[in-house]
Amino acid sequence: MEFWLPIIYMAAMGLALLIYVILDGYDLGVGILLPLAEESEKDTMIASIGPFWDANETWIVLGVGILLIAFPLAHGIVLTHLYLPVTIMLMGLILRGVAFDLRVKAGDHRRALWNRAFFAGSLISAMAQGWMLGAYVTGLRDGTTSVLFSVLIALTLPALYVVLGCGWLNMKTEGTLQRKSHLWGGRAIWPMGLGLGLISIATPLVSPAIAAKWFSLPNALWLAPIPLVTLASFVGIVLTLRTSSEQQAAQPWRVFGLTVLICLMASLGLAYSLFPHIIIGQMTIWEASASVSSLLFTLVGVALTLPMILAYTFVVYRIFHGKATALSYD
Amino acid sequence: MDPFVLARIQFATNISFHILFPAITIGLAWMLLFFRIRFTQTGDKAWEYAYFFWVKIFALTFAMGVVSGITMSFQFGTNWPGFMEKAGNVAGPLLGYEVLSAFFLEASFLGIMLFGKDRVSNRLHLLSTFLVAFGTTLSAFWILSLNSWMQTPAGIQMVDGVVMVEDWWAVIFNPSFPYRFFHMLIASFLTAAFLIAGVSAWRARSGVDGPATWKVMRAGVGVAAILAPLQIFIGDLHGLNTLEHQPAKVAAMEAVWETESAVPFNLIAFPDEQARENRLAIQIPYAASLILTHDPQGEVQGLNEFVGEHPPVAMVFWSFRVMLAIGGLMVLVSWWASWQLRGGREPHRVLLLTLSAMTFSGWIAVLAGWYVTEIGRQPWIVQDLISVQEVVADHASATMTGTLLGYVLLYAFLLVSYIGAMRHMATKPAASQALGPVTFTTQPSAQH
Ligand code: HDD
Ligand code: HEM
Ligand code: HEM
Repeated sequence: MEFWLPIIYMAAMGLALLIYVILDGYDLGVGILLPLAEESEKDTMIASIGPFWDANETWIVLGVGILLIAFPLAHGIVLTHLYLPVTIMLMGLILRGVAFDLRVKAGDHRRALWNRAFFAGSLISAMAQGWMLGAYVTGLRDGTTSVLFSVLIALTLPALYVVLGCGWLNMKTEGTLQRKSHLWGGRAIWPMGLGLGLISIATPLVSPAIAAKWFSLPNALWLAPIPLVTLASFVGIVLTLRTSSEQQAAQPWRVFGLTVLICLMASLGLAYSLFPHIIIGQMTIWEASASVSSLLFTLVGVALTLPMILAYTFVVYRIFHGKATALSYD
Repeated sequence: MDPFVLARIQFATNISFHILFPAITIGLAWMLLFFRIRFTQTGDKAWEYAYFFWVKIFALTFAMGVVSGITMSFQFGTNWPGFMEKAGNVAGPLLGYEVLSAFFLEASFLGIMLFGKDRVSNRLHLLSTFLVAFGTTLSAFWILSLNSWMQTPAGIQMVDGVVMVEDWWAVIFNPSFPYRFFHMLIASFLTAAFLIAGVSAWRARSGVDGPATWKVMRAGVGVAAILAPLQIFIGDLHGLNTLEHQPAKVAAMEAVWETESAVPFNLIAFPDEQARENRLAIQIPYAASLILTHDPQGEVQGLNEFVGEHPPVAMVFWSFRVMLAIGGLMVLVSWWASWQLRGGREPHRVLLLTLSAMTFSGWIAVLAGWYVTEIGRQPWIVQDLISVQEVVADHASATMTGTLLGYVLLYAFLLVSYIGAMRHMATKPAASQALGPVTFTTQPSAQH
């Protein structure tokens, strides 16, 4: 138990954060794309994420929640270190969460203001999350390399979210807006690819511990699928985005699905790089973990509720499947 | 400024902002369910209009609650890392259960409740509305369990300065939890009731009301008339419980310095902590003993028993007075309003004015009540076990000042926008005007 519980929680935390990146990723991406669209298209874009965004954001609450439940020691250290980016991210999330409602409720003369707030909040949150990830991967150490690395991820993550957002719009919209999403996707994919490439090169450079894990022999072989699948997915997205709009509309899942695959590979890679540390070079998951009794108590809850959560998430996506229609409260 | 003080101010600012929105949504969610059920039962379109208008305000309020709540879930780590290290074994699981059992429930079904009316059956839509209401209440259950445990810790043992749980049942249902839970739930119903009655009264005064506006106003007033007295009763029980477990807090609430019997109740007083006495007190003889011990001769412990270990007196004392005053006012206004509106009568304009003036009175009482609770727990973060000083994060004071300023500006802007949007929505002619003009059974007797 003492051995396995922290591993189970680590996996659950990773899963929650991965789901967060995918789900909130697409709706943050749609937010970043908002200024590019015409007025009426903006309503459709917002409508396409309307029923989902709140539950999407709840996954990050679960992610930090598990960090707190299972690794209270690390929770304090990580969040104190990331105080500034966390605060900035929170302000971004606050701004966009309320802009969502206020853009239609505060009156037409305020709409442009709240559209801008929605865009700004989405972009700020995405960048701050990148910064947090960067600082975390470099072991929460201050210094120039760490800062540069964080900046790199802070620029890449929004691009990734935008590609997810384009994939989402391809599935949820039609007509001009759908065609525009193909165009936007075709542009965002390059900074995303460049960023991911640079991150892959930089990670072993900034962290010798990670380099040692990846470039020793038997490991390198069975790890090879991670970069290979990522590369293949990337090429797949590029090729899909080159096809005509009709063809893309005919395969609505492609871009989104392949981007999800990239996220999955990246998270597997990250998990491998980190394990068994909760803070690289400082603390393992066993050193940081809460008492067995508390972990068991919560595990019961996780086992009971997680399947239910997944079930009703599925139900909600089923109910709102298909092309987005204008939001109405009626 | 001292980063310790800044961390406290920042935490207090964030939680004060957050609580404003759950305080509305917990009660309002159940009232929306009531509107929906009434419509399903009676087929009266006015209830449907009532639902449509208030569900928009609910959605906006809920969004404010969610985003400010996400801030809260990071705050323990960013501001009080030591709290998680020492009390994580309790705080973690309780917060975890809140996320798992409540947050996902409400967030998922909110989508169906708000946007799914055309896509799902009436039954599923009703069920979704119920689940959202249930989820908000469940949130309150878990978070109040944690907060109550911090006030009256039970079911644990301290091992090397770290809290170890021995009995989860005792942790969750700790001694002050039932009082705090019901007092907060009723507070939320009262906040929502005065909100809907106040906004409806405002619409009536502006001449944009329809039949639904009056139904809502009556519903709000009725709920308040029943719950306001109940709140005073539960508040009294709550106070007795506090006296048993946190006597220093009660001494501060009443500004009693010396341990005495036959203690008078200070209606108004100016506690002076330097001199350790009250300046200029207006008192009701025996009343404090009567309220606190239910015996006019009863003995009440004074603050001097707890020198160096009691909370700041004036803040707690005044916050408590504000809560009591609003509680009393709520009883008077809701009864008067019920009388005026009885049997479909048209009320006096002064009533409408009073109700709209009290639109946000619940907020003030809720904040005041929480200040009593939280400031009254000082200097402890977990009563008698862990002090706040031990657990604070050491951020640079410049960083803290900057982020605090950011939060304050953002919140001020959002609060103005929130109330502005509500005003904007309330000023549009009521959709229920489509049902015909508003009719009353009588003309107001005292008018003109
Ligand atoms: C609409 C809101 C509202 C109203 C009208 C009242 N309260 Fe209250 N009160 C709260 C809202 C509230 C609250 C904000 O919800 C608190 C803070 C923590 C809690 O559980 O409830 C609270 C706490 C609270 C405490 C606990 C302090 C502690 O030990 O932590 C006491 C003793 C009372 N109240 C007593 C009263 C009395 C005697 C009232 C009668 C006039 C009253 N309250 C009206
Ligand atoms: C129910 C959940 C709550 C929990 C778990 C909680 C927890 C805490 C914690 C950890 C602190 C910091 C330590 C301290 O200064 O004592 C604190 C302080 C404080 N909280 Fe709460 N709180 C809750 C609800 C609220 C609400 C709803 C309000 C107000 C509207 C509030 C107002 C305050 C204030 C004003 C302080 C600062 C007290 C001071 O430093 O003097 N709290 N609370
Ligand atoms: C320090 C303590 C608190 C923390 C950490 C916290 C955390 C959160 C979080 C993360 C959310 C968003 C959930 C989502 O994503 O859907 C939320 C919403 C909510 N919180 Fe809190 N909260 C605290 C205090 C309180 C208090 C004191 C209450 C009420 C008694 C409360 C009741 C609610 C409710 C009902 C919601 C649902 C959203 C809404 O109705 O506005 N919370 N909270």
